[in-house]
Amino acid sequence: MSSQIRSRANSKPQGSQQDPDGRKKPEDMTPQTHQKSRLDSLTAHRKPTWTWMAAAAGSAILSLLITLVAFESFSVIGFGVIAGVLFVGSMYVVSRVLEDRLKATDELWRHLVWTSFIVALIPLISVIWSVVSQGLPTLISNPGLLTADMAGVAGADDIATQNEGASLQGGILHGLVGTIMITLMASVISIPVGLFASIYLTEYGNRNAFSRGIRFFVDVMTGIPSIVAGLFAFAGMTLIVELTIGSSPQALQSVKTGFTAAIALSVLMIPVVVRSTEEMLQVVADELREASYALGVRKWRTIMKVVLPTAMSGIASGVTLAIARVAGETAPILVTAGYVAMTNWNPFSEWMTALPVFIYRQLINPTAPAAGDPSTARAWAGALVLIVIVMGLNLAARAIAKYFAPKTGK
Amino acid sequence: MAKRIQTVDLDCYYGDFLAVSDINIDIEPRSVTAFIGPSGCGKTTFLRTLNRMHEVTPGARAEGKILLDDEDINAPNVDPVRVRSTVGMVFQRPNPFPTMSIRENVLAGYQLNGIRLSRSEADNVLERSLTGANLWGEVKDRLDRPGGGLSGGQQQRLCIARTIAIEPDVILMDEPASALDPISTLAIEDLIHELKKDYTVVIVTHNMQQAARVADKTAFFNLQAIGEPGKLIEYDDTTTIFNNPANQQTEDYISGRFG
Ligand SMILES: Nc1ncnc2c1ncn2[C@@H]1O[C@H](COP(=O)(O)OP(=O)(O)OP(=O)(O)O)[C@@H](O)[C@H]1O
Ligand SMILES: [Mg+2]
Repeated sequence: MSSQIRSRANSKPQGSQQDPDGRKKPEDMTPQTHQKSRLDSLTAHRKPTWTWMAAAAGSAILSLLITLVAFESFSVIGFGVIAGVLFVGSMYVVSRVLEDRLKATDELWRHLVWTSFIVALIPLISVIWSVVSQGLPTLISNPGLLTADMAGVAGADDIATQNEGASLQGGILHGLVGTIMITLMASVISIPVGLFASIYLTEYGNRNAFSRGIRFFVDVMTGIPSIVAGLFAFAGMTLIVELTIGSSPQALQSVKTGFTAAIALSVLMIPVVVRSTEEMLQVVADELREASYALGVRKWRTIMKVVLPTAMSGIASGVTLAIARVAGETAPILVTAGYVAMTNWNPFSEWMTALPVFIYRQLINPTAPAAGDPSTARAWAGALVLIVIVMGLNLAARAIAKYFAPKTGK
Repeated sequence: MAKRIQTVDLDCYYGDFLAVSDINIDIEPRSVTAFIGPSGCGKTTFLRTLNRMHEVTPGARAEGKILLDDEDINAPNVDPVRVRSTVGMVFQRPNPFPTMSIRENVLAGYQLNGIRLSRSEADNVLERSLTGANLWGEVKDRLDRPGGGLSGGQQQRLCIARTIAIEPDVILMDEPASALDPISTLAIEDLIHELKKDYTVVIVTHNMQQAARVADKTAFFNLQAIGEPGKLIEYDDTTTIFNNPANQQTEDYISGRFG
């Protein structure tokens, strides 16, 4: 080899400090004069920063007057709507007059987006508020609700509670146990099935006809009403029981279990897990798979050791959200696991109550039809516990996502 | 160590599309060979067939012979996974495993394959590979930090360390320095010089000076028209290709008169 190449390779600093093409970019030709003339006008056509406060105050006062005159009494909703419209409108006009058209349009959209965000928050906050305000006092004054079930609680107890101020009897333990057991079983069934299905779809399916078919049916399944899932599980288990145990009334009685409910929930959960996991797996760059293959790693190990860990944070949070989603189901559990007053830890025999079913029954069929308040109080306490569980799962999803997220810190 | 690569009448297809045709090349062991040529002429495609990486792309296939020290890697009973641990590959964009630390990234070829190394063996591999990739000094104090936290150039050298950790016989590099600054580029070029003592190195590059600096031999690929397959136009000593090319197309390309 020629010494010329060698010497060029060794004289590194000068060689490559230059642009690779050896050409100089015409960067110093930026039109400076032009920039200068614009600099003087940078603060022109700007409305003062306090404009929005003035507009907000003005809209509030005007809206108050309009509400009082038009409705003859103060109405929060009317006030909020009118004030919002006035504020957005006046900001647009001010901006249009003091600034320019594009800026005004920009502000208009910004305000509309903010307004809809606030409107979207209202139902969420009011739901949480009503559940907490109705459920929390009951739970605080009767912590025993968490450790007792409804076995042995009769209408007379509730009448005594409502009329004579006796302490609240019964509790939500059976619902809590039922929800946990049924959701746990549903997760045990759905998570592996969902994970493997999505691994098939992204890693092995190659968009062939079979995987397109699966994807289509998964999409359809995400849309089925939950009661249909319940009926499906019920019919399916009935068929199995008839084929194996027989069709005597006792045998058919054994169809209604927590396990059947778990199957119903799985029907709802699997498509959600498949979809969210598939999306996460698709986000994993092919370059990482290729990097692994290039090291002579086999496909399955590549999936297990590279693809899944990289996508783990998204998968875990998707799965947790799917769990939270089915934990609040009522109808499919009602038709598959029934409703009992005592705590049942065994999902494979006897009926089982889930929290949403308990809430529903307490409200629709109070323990003492003549004295519904204690039942209503128990229902709100149950609702609060349910919301805490679902929120806890959501927070867990965030924590898991953060824990597994690929780390790039220096 | 360091095997010879020969291809005989190699054609590469994507489905029905013939991307590269009729490649006959003989790459010496312990040498650096540069592939140059205009975009789309099939350099990446050809390079990926050399360790059967093309099979990862749906529909891609290669016809013809690829001999690795007289062993046909496309023979029916050859395991492509084995081929890839013999012929390592470094990609255009640095792709360290984001969930792994620097240390785990270097040892990934062992760890992902379930090969257990003793602590001292692992430390040896780690130091040897990182030193080989000119990265040891920069990272030796933070081996447990995430590989994704390194600079682009360091990440690329980490990927090279990961490749030499499993001691392949051949290292293929697809534009390894195209995303890097001049200093990192030089570090990688120095490294390629070092690597040639033990390995057969093939590098794709768009940078003529780089080809001239690092390669013993240079192969010029070209395609006649869009939709036509890419072909090997000229393959010779780097000095000949750059100073005295036999083919008019080569001369046009390296002198920038390329239409
Ligand atoms: N996955 C693919 N599927 C179908 N055709 C492909 C695929 N990858 C590349 N090709 C085609 O094969 C031909 C060669 O592409 P290739 O990527 O090998 O070119 P290259 O020489 O590496 O180009 P560059 O210098 O831009 O990287 C091109 O016509 C390209 O469109
Ligand atoms: Mg390429």
